[in-house]
Amino acid sequence: MAVIHLTNEAFDQAVSNGIAMVDFWASWCGPCKMLAPVMEELGNQYEGKVLVGKVNVDDEPDLARRFGVMSIPTVVFLKDGKEFDRKVGVMPPKAFTDVLDANL
Amino acid sequence: MYDIAVIGGGPAGLSAAVQARTRGKSVLIVSGDPRDNALYKAPQVDNYLGFWGVSGKELLERFHRHAIAAGAIEKEGRVLNVMSMGDTFYLSIGSEMEQVRAVILTTGVVRANKYPGEEDFLGRGVSYCATCDGMLYRNKEVAVIGKSADAPQEANYLQELGCHVTYVSDKAPEGLRADIPFVKAPRPEIVGEGGVTALRAGSVTIPCEGVFILRPSMAPADLLPGLAIQDGYLSVDQNMATNLPGVFAAGDCTGLPLQVSKAVGEGLVAGLRAAEYLDHQSAS
Repeated sequence: MAVIHLTNEAFDQAVSNGIAMVDFWASWCGPCKMLAPVMEELGNQYEGKVLVGKVNVDDEPDLARRFGVMSIPTVVFLKDGKEFDRKVGVMPPKAFTDVLDANL
Repeated sequence: MYDIAVIGGGPAGLSAAVQARTRGKSVLIVSGDPRDNALYKAPQVDNYLGFWGVSGKELLERFHRHAIAAGAIEKEGRVLNVMSMGDTFYLSIGSEMEQVRAVILTTGVVRANKYPGEEDFLGRGVSYCATCDGMLYRNKEVAVIGKSADAPQEANYLQELGCHVTYVSDKAPEGLRADIPFVKAPRPEIVGEGGVTALRAGSVTIPCEGVFILRPSMAPADLLPGLAIQDGYLSVDQNMATNLPGVFAAGDCTGLPLQVSKAVGEGLVAGLRAAEYLDHQSAS
């Protein structure tokens, strides 16, 4: 399972160790659908090195609020549970791999 | 998946669609409200060969019927992003996504100087998509800057979601809900710190956390990062190819003169070359 669907309950535990990349999305968002296959691919590519997760802002409004997500898709990067970067909007895979490679 | 996406339903786009259809390609035309089209607004066209005196609206409707009769599929909406995935492109259109093998940009001239604060707060309160981000602003104050013909409907949608909407435009909107206040202002300014805190519209300051900017179409350079642009127009070669493989452009977005015949001619070339490009792709 390359991309992990994260809930509010499971979130902190899941991202507590190492690098995580979390995609905030919703089913009513076209740009999010564009990003989904990119995240799948990166999930496979960085298997074992980066936790690639998804948060459905419809199901998990508390997480969206906690991270101040104001536009989707938003991708948040965390190290040991602490945010160190984020990308808002649709971007090519390289925009994400650059951040990951610089921090691995 | 479609062979070709045509972004923009004006003369160039419809001409490209007809040409690509005669080459047997499946074509998706994505277009906004026809009332936003420059040709629609022309009361009379006197220099389109053989059709002197015709109204812009009638000419556009004829072009449109032709493209649909040729088998092009049409979808109303605004393309928000185009992303190259190697052999194909992903397009997002409101809440939907489509996959295509080539793209023809026929967006017309997007007369959109960005508003002060727009770039600074993009993704931090500024949004181009009511469908995408509306839910994140439930029970919050938002401003809609309405530039497109369907902007009042989008504002109504946000209000119905539970946002507290103020509508800002340089002219009075048609079809706006009675419970949405309207502020007339030509050039509002987005202000904030970290995120959006207000929209300054003329002498009025509207406190808000979100600003939805709804233009008839996105500027091509914002749709597809990396597109070569010169003097405000898309750079194309004589095949109407842009600098990005598989991306073609035609009509007003490629430059002067902003005339129907020129758009139709360029659309034909773009449709033809895009079809040939796909044939080469399949052969290799």
